[in-house]
Amino acid sequence: MNGEPTTGGAVETYEKDFRSYCIGGALALVLTAIAFALVAFEILPVFERLVAIALLAVVQIVVHFRYFLHISWHSHRDDLQLVLFTSLILFLMVGGTIWILFNLHSRMM
Amino acid sequence: MNTSPLSHPGLNLGSVDEYSHEEAEPVIFGFWIFLMADLVLFALLFATYATMSVQGQADGPSPADIFDLSSAFIGTMLLLASSITFGMASLALKYRADGPHLVLWLVLTFILGAGFIGMELRDFMTMIAQGAVPQLSGFLSSFYLLVATHGIHVTAGLIWMIVLLIQLRVMGRTTTVKLRIMRLALFWHMLDIVWVCIFSFVYLYGVTL
Repeated sequence: MNGEPTTGGAVETYEKDFRSYCIGGALALVLTAIAFALVAFEILPVFERLVAIALLAVVQIVVHFRYFLHISWHSHRDDLQLVLFTSLILFLMVGGTIWILFNLHSRMM
Repeated sequence: MNTSPLSHPGLNLGSVDEYSHEEAEPVIFGFWIFLMADLVLFALLFATYATMSVQGQADGPSPADIFDLSSAFIGTMLLLASSITFGMASLALKYRADGPHLVLWLVLTFILGAGFIGMELRDFMTMIAQGAVPQLSGFLSSFYLLVATHGIHVTAGLIWMIVLLIQLRVMGRTTTVKLRIMRLALFWHMLDIVWVCIFSFVYLYGVTL
């Protein structure tokens, strides 16, 4: 062993894994840059800008899960189901909190 | 072999180290469950912040008054770069049985992570110097709580990284150490995902609204 990729069969998967991190890193950088550019240069009207930032965040999160955490449909345990179920719970908790409290706030004004 | 299903989140050792690969499945699944629970903690802090940042400003400043977008951008880039370098460390763990690559990538990740924490502390100091202290308003309390909870997680990751670098030196690349590095990788990538939400919904939303 001299620090080179080990067995012959592993070389192609090395290429594949390396490419996965490169694609993920490049996409994440581009998405982050777009999100910051939208705000820094005040592109789009305010409401559309907020929607665009939220969408970019969701896409970037999916990119991180796919390329950095290697979550895919082929996972053998319930990794993906766990993420999706957690997302559902988080959506209910965060969405519900914001909905109720902003509703309350507007009634108090 | 290439089409074999992934047995756990993160980079699978697969055919490169069959024994560690089999050992990995249950412990990494357990750690994955912990990470999902940790996300619940962050989600509730986000929900609190979302309400407080609009309704809880009291007589204090608004998010747009105090956020520094350029320093948030630098911090974001540092953390994102550290996630990529940890990916390279994972590749070195899997494919390079020896050589300095793994340690060098981990050290680089540590430096980038420490740089991120440095930027965050500098931001906090600047805000506090401007009088935006946590006790001033509900918005600021929840802001410091959310962002510092993430910062403490990153700091814990940095300490964990030092411990693993020592273990790599003392114990070598045993299965135990490999599995610990793989769990730290998941932790680190997950913290980057939380940071995506923080820069989008705290900093970018704060400056836009």
